[in-house]
Amino acid sequence: MARTLKLRIWRGDDKTGGLQDVTVEANHGEVVLDIIHRVQATQMGDLAVRWNCKAGKCGSCSMEINGKPRLACMTQVASYPEDEVITITPLRAFPVIKDLVTDVSFNYKKAMEIPAVVMPEGMKPGEPRMQQVDVERSQEFRKCIECFLCQNTCHVIRDHEENKKSFSGPRFFIRIAELDMHPLDMLRNRKKTAQEEHGLGFCNITKCCTEVCPEHIKITDNAIIPMKERVADEKYDPVRWLGSKIRRREEVL
Amino acid sequence: MATGVFSQGRAKISERTLRTDKWWIQPLITFGVLFSFIIYATWRAFEGAHYYAEPLISPFYSPCLTTDCVNGSSLLGTPFGHIVLFGMALSPAFIILIFPLGFRMTCYYYRKAYFRSFWMSPPACAVAEPHAKYTGETKAPLIVNNGHRYFFYIGLVFNTLLTIDAFLAFKNPQGQWGHMSIGTVVLLLNATFLWGYSASCHSCRHAIGGRLRHFSKHPIRYKAWTIVTKLNTKHQNFAWVSLIWVAFSDFFVRMVSLHPTWNKYFF
Ligand code: SF4
Ligand code: SF4
Ligand code: FES
Ligand code: FES
Repeated sequence: MARTLKLRIWRGDDKTGGLQDVTVEANHGEVVLDIIHRVQATQMGDLAVRWNCKAGKCGSCSMEINGKPRLACMTQVASYPEDEVITITPLRAFPVIKDLVTDVSFNYKKAMEIPAVVMPEGMKPGEPRMQQVDVERSQEFRKCIECFLCQNTCHVIRDHEENKKSFSGPRFFIRIAELDMHPLDMLRNRKKTAQEEHGLGFCNITKCCTEVCPEHIKITDNAIIPMKERVADEKYDPVRWLGSKIRRREEVL
Repeated sequence: MATGVFSQGRAKISERTLRTDKWWIQPLITFGVLFSFIIYATWRAFEGAHYYAEPLISPFYSPCLTTDCVNGSSLLGTPFGHIVLFGMALSPAFIILIFPLGFRMTCYYYRKAYFRSFWMSPPACAVAEPHAKYTGETKAPLIVNNGHRYFFYIGLVFNTLLTIDAFLAFKNPQGQWGHMSIGTVVLLLNATFLWGYSASCHSCRHAIGGRLRHFSKHPIRYKAWTIVTKLNTKHQNFAWVSLIWVAFSDFFVRMVSLHPTWNKYFF
């Protein structure tokens, strides 16, 4: 069943721009990305939008729909009441390039600042063996599709541009947690760098990252809070600190 | 200089949020409940009376440790004298309430609750916060939140004492064992909810097994971790139920102290 949709789509670039009203037909079962494509095909030939898989798996179509950070390809038109005007804007934490497309290179820079896993000396590719229970924990974090919705929603940088230099954001806290929980990773300064270089302490656990993650990764409960506890072991817990000094080695647990 | 969503280079949108749902309801309710609790607890702590109705003691006043404590209410004796601060007499509640207060203030769940509803950083997701600067938990005083585990351990001591209080409620007002009243149930539930709150705590989850890198090398701790993990997903619920029930337990003891017949005995 077709219905007529009223939209407001943000159009512009990094200097100027605003919301433009559009009226368009929508068919039963369509998602917001379908509608954007129809607008592009019929009314705004030069409307810029980034997309790829239309299956919620590539993380390209992140935008804000009625103020909520979402994947446009996974947002059913039917989830909005008939008379509601749907407002579509680009992500508001990153610089806009054109229309609905933002420059998310901040995230790629942060990704490069995290060293990859360091295998024990002499261990050759193909040799490591991991038990299922050890794999499971990091498997959750591996579901990340790098849509950066969590990064976009996090108030630490969304609301404070100046924090971008000292804060890597939730997507990278799950990466650091994954590596710090890795049974074979030999790089043992990840807790220290998480706190001192990646700005873990800026997070106040208000859980917006978890709320918007389309992969339902429990970013706060399973990565950020466990990392905060691990940092506390090293930095804020004199009893544990003393213990590690007496034993003169970092415990390999 | 404009910052946040109004920073240069970001899409020019004048609204702080374009959310159309009622995003302010949740923080408002949280604020309302927490604020009411604070008002009630403060009033009761200052009241310094009606906290003991043999054999029931209010959780706000247990353990009762000062010489002001009414007869029979001190489980651990009275090592502290009459407390006066800036010329004001303080009830026995003051020296102990600081610990459960610290426990809840540094709790990972309550941090979300008060940062959203009291401090509005942020009030809700994708709603711009009103502050110009933000350093999170990197500086004093909020850096103290990193010491949550200490409050967790102290909390276990309190849970133990409040459990003993609940068992003492199997006495009748004359001190004979083998009786049970509404008060017994109230205090038993109170202890149960508090244990649930502690057992589901994130610091507990970390200490039990979260610290490990090799779950496979520690099968027993791994098993324990999976159990705490299940409870942990309900931590928010435990946080609210235990908070409300502590206040209710105190209220109940107060009412019984004023109207002893309210505490109906089953046997
Ligand atoms: S929980 Fe922390 S990392 Fe996640 S959105 Fe909130 S402040 Fe950012
Ligand atoms: S953690 Fe979730 S929200 Fe963040 S980038 Fe990955 S999939 Fe997207
Ligand atoms: S287009 Fe790939 S996630 Fe939406
Ligand atoms: S009591 Fe809430 S996290 Fe510890």
